[in-house]
Amino acid sequence: MSSTVTRSTVTRGTVVIDRDRCKGCELCIPACPPSVLVMSAERNSRGYRFPLLLDGCTACQACHAVCPDFVFDVYRFDEPIIGSAGRGPAADQPEDPA
Amino acid sequence: MTTTPTTTPPTTPPPTTTVPTDAPPDRPSRKVAASSAALQVGEDHHLCPGCGHPVAWRILLEVISELDLARRSIGVVGHGCYTNIVRLADIDWLQCLHGRAPAVATGVKRVRPEVAVFTLQGDGDMASEGLAEVLHAAARAERITCIMLNNGVFGDTGGQMTAASVVGQRTKTSLEGRDPATHGYPVPVADLVSRLPGTAYVARGGVGSAGAIAQTKRYLKRAFELQVAGAGFTFVEVLTMCPTGWFVPTAEGPGYLGATFEATFPLGEIR
Repeated sequence: MSSTVTRSTVTRGTVVIDRDRCKGCELCIPACPPSVLVMSAERNSRGYRFPLLLDGCTACQACHAVCPDFVFDVYRFDEPIIGSAGRGPAADQPEDPA
Repeated sequence: MTTTPTTTPPTTPPPTTTVPTDAPPDRPSRKVAASSAALQVGEDHHLCPGCGHPVAWRILLEVISELDLARRSIGVVGHGCYTNIVRLADIDWLQCLHGRAPAVATGVKRVRPEVAVFTLQGDGDMASEGLAEVLHAAARAERITCIMLNNGVFGDTGGQMTAASVVGQRTKTSLEGRDPATHGYPVPVADLVSRLPGTAYVARGGVGSAGAIAQTKRYLKRAFELQVAGAGFTFVEVLTMCPTGWFVPTAEGPGYLGATFEATFPLGEIR
């Protein structure tokens, strides 16, 4: 269950988190089916911890549905990323011609 | 004193495993869900962390938007934390005296029958302060939709017990838990209105999980569709979390909701 950088993961989407809107309720953490949300140690401008995303997001929108503070934008990738997702094409993936 | 408190939350991963989430992805992708609710104006609301009401707001506003009722719907709200929706949502609103929303909505609907008219009330507002109004509106078969957000407390006045607080529930006025011998039993409003022949549709949903939220949205949509079709009185109860009023950590709100409220008020379509 624990996430590590070496875990082989399929990432089908990602989220944009408005961290300063978050009130740190943690409802999104258990709501995430692939368990790729964890709480930060850092605190936002209001003093709340906020969620961080790991590799493996499926763009299922469960976090978006349960969030009382309207924190999540959800994006689904046209092509999934195999391996580490990061931002943009992964290092081991060819550049998408589209 | 057997364990030493850790300074770092155990859920925090090494920083190398996290994905940046501060900007949209730069690879080909499609936005499938927007953070702001449908019809939302303004940036924020002041409700407590872990509150279930904003989740109910979101699905209500999605339903109104998807049914193309944004420009021809009027919401009538009572008094409660949820009343903050009037500042957040770009549709027409009326606020009325405690518990009287179904009576006011009756007047609005009779004057403007072409408009979708709904009430948004809490359990304190509807079950404690204005039970007569909702029962008589249902008995008259008023073609309105009444929505009760049920969290079992008067949240905005500090968390007192309501007529819908469940047995054993701790509130500011039932610190040892609601005791039937002293406080009586909770009023199941949805079940009461479902027994009246003027009622066309009654359902009870919740916002404790993504699945329940999707189901509750379907209930709300069905209620509005039947109202627009002129079927009669429609009613949706939504069980929501109030971790502040329940004295539970925010993350335990859905678990408490399921173990206590959903056990007392089963989810589903009632009529």
